[in-house]
Amino acid sequence: MLGYIVHRILIMIPTLIVISIAIFTIIHLPPGDYFSTYIAQLQSSGEHANLQKIAFLKAEYGFDRPLWEQYLYWVGNLLRGDMGYSFLYDMPVNQVVGDRLLLTFIVSFMTILFTYIVAFPIGVYSATHQYSLGDYALTFLGFLGLATPSFLLALVLVYLAHVWFGISVGGLMDPSYMNRPWDTGKAMSVLAHIWIPVIVIGTAGTASMIRRLRANLLDELQKQYVVTARAKGLHPLKVLLKYPLRMALNPFISDIGSLLPQVISGAVIVSVVMSLPTTGPMLLDALRSQDMYLAGSFLMFMSFLTVIGVFISDLALATLDPRIRLQSGRRQ
Amino acid sequence: MTDITIDPKDRRGPGEADVSLDPLPHYVSPAPFDPMSVEVMTANQERFNQASQWRLMWWRLLRHRVAVAAGFLLLALYATTLVSEILAPYGLDTRNTDFIYAPPQTVHVFNEGRLVMPYVDGYDYRLDMTNLKRVYTPNPDKHETLRFLCRGDPYLFWGYIPARFHLVCPADGGQLFLLGTDRLGRDLLSRIIYGARISLTVGLIGVSVSFTLGILIGGIAGYYGGWTDIMIQRGIEVVQSFPHLPLWMALGAILPVTWSPILVYFGITLILGMIEWTHLARAVRSKLLSLREEDFCTAAVLMGATPARIIGRHLLPSFMSHLIASATLVIPSMILGETALSFLGLGLRPPITSWGVLLGEAQNISVVALYPWLMFPVVPVIVTVLAFNFFGDGLRDAADPYH
Repeated sequence: MLGYIVHRILIMIPTLIVISIAIFTIIHLPPGDYFSTYIAQLQSSGEHANLQKIAFLKAEYGFDRPLWEQYLYWVGNLLRGDMGYSFLYDMPVNQVVGDRLLLTFIVSFMTILFTYIVAFPIGVYSATHQYSLGDYALTFLGFLGLATPSFLLALVLVYLAHVWFGISVGGLMDPSYMNRPWDTGKAMSVLAHIWIPVIVIGTAGTASMIRRLRANLLDELQKQYVVTARAKGLHPLKVLLKYPLRMALNPFISDIGSLLPQVISGAVIVSVVMSLPTTGPMLLDALRSQDMYLAGSFLMFMSFLTVIGVFISDLALATLDPRIRLQSGRRQ
Repeated sequence: MTDITIDPKDRRGPGEADVSLDPLPHYVSPAPFDPMSVEVMTANQERFNQASQWRLMWWRLLRHRVAVAAGFLLLALYATTLVSEILAPYGLDTRNTDFIYAPPQTVHVFNEGRLVMPYVDGYDYRLDMTNLKRVYTPNPDKHETLRFLCRGDPYLFWGYIPARFHLVCPADGGQLFLLGTDRLGRDLLSRIIYGARISLTVGLIGVSVSFTLGILIGGIAGYYGGWTDIMIQRGIEVVQSFPHLPLWMALGAILPVTWSPILVYFGITLILGMIEWTHLARAVRSKLLSLREEDFCTAAVLMGATPARIIGRHLLPSFMSHLIASATLVIPSMILGETALSFLGLGLRPPITSWGVLLGEAQNISVVALYPWLMFPVVPVIVTVLAFNFFGDGLRDAADPYH
């Protein structure tokens, strides 16, 4: 097991390095930088930019040095927990993001939890009652959930809530808690608001999870050992729980690798529509105004979250399935 | 030798049966004997046995009712993009400045209990001074009969041929807003019909990019194996660990503002295609890894075929059908990607009109609350994606020989 963990960590490091290089390239792809746009903007409105400050920031962040040096500087800072400087907000990225990273994490975590809690019983029901009325209805619902993009669902939900209840469902907490430190009241308020975005973001993932669990369990249920167990008169529930379900659960955990990017993607756009105080709207702003450090650090954070999530799911899978940890092999 | 005693009863000829003793008379058919008679197949069985792989797949697909229906729907949707100009009652950018945010009109076919030519009621306009909402009330006295196969808004057919022919037009001096109008008084239905052109083709072009990349990269990884394979596998893992949408957003944001709309369009499709290829590459790789051990592959190598020829001529065709089915399932995610990007304002930009661009108008909830018909472009998006999912699912089942 220890060997497997070391193996996985060794794979993770080059992956993260390649990701950071890719993101840094994206940061530097647009022609010009934030300052040239910013100065041009100020000049066009007849104002004078604080050239001294800009020169200081440029020197501080090494805009005049070669690219590879800038990259090393950026990564070095990231490793020390300094995510750079947001020129748009005129303060360090760490201060800008503040609570947002935590909220993004909470929303993603809750969404995955929701996906599991909902998908598991429905998937099992669909597989054990194949071709029943309930199975057909659930399958259709699943397809619909898969086809509905989360931001459209959010749009429709926000509209319906506005028309039927006259309330705004946007936000993640009561506005009065917005800039206050965390306490029980704030946590409760977040819990009361979080379920709508969680449902909206989780729908697509839940639908695909149900379909996969159903397919896996169906494959497993057709195998001979199940027939044998039935023939020997084992209780149907025990037949189901003892082996087929455990086998079908494997992809359930390994799927977190594909689920996480999906959830984070969904969270970005849904939080724009529902104006959640997560990283989504901020990323959009940063991209629109070419505040590339902010955008890059966000992208890096999200990718990091994904890589860590996949790592954890791999560990869980290895604990569950001895074949994987003994081969210490790669996931397929 | 043993004594053979012959029972006199057995020496009887046909027709002399002793019913009381032998209930089953011996009978020999006079027809010529054909030892292959059991093997002869009916014309139908023969057809099935001779059918090619693709034909078998086609028959299996036909059995999948939902997939066939979805396929027809998609065919119809794509067909409309060929004649968008004729189907749309208005031009793409025709502004009806007197009818800003006009609600959808209903088509009536009965007037005072009699069947008449379809008509709509004209609108009376009033500004609600409490919330500044534009209020339009249908006026039954304004009886505006629709015209069919008529001359209406001028347009350039496919961008070149000037014409004025429409399938349906509003009455002279009247209006026809089946799905309402937007903030510039442009007919939403016409814009959705034109938007289909962009939204539906984004997926096709994007998927061909992914398809090429997937086959190329997956082919190399699967055929050569070893280190090449490991490096490519790691690369795929890196691409997959990016959350797609934020990456698309970042790439969409760096497309220069100065680009012409058509360049932006191709840029976006390229971005969509460049990220979705990983699943196809993995499928190609795993198939190739097992297929390259087959005898026919060894034979080709021994005869001196180049790797490109072996992959392209011998290996790929054996699972092409499967690949196409998987590619079909990638298209909806690209359509959704384009819609999401354009909705956020990072994808296509006006004057290009796609469903995502149209939905961008519905971003502001206070506008949507007053004029909910701005959300209509949601419907074609969901219908298309659903149809692609059902069709791709059926295609995959049909392409799977083990089903």
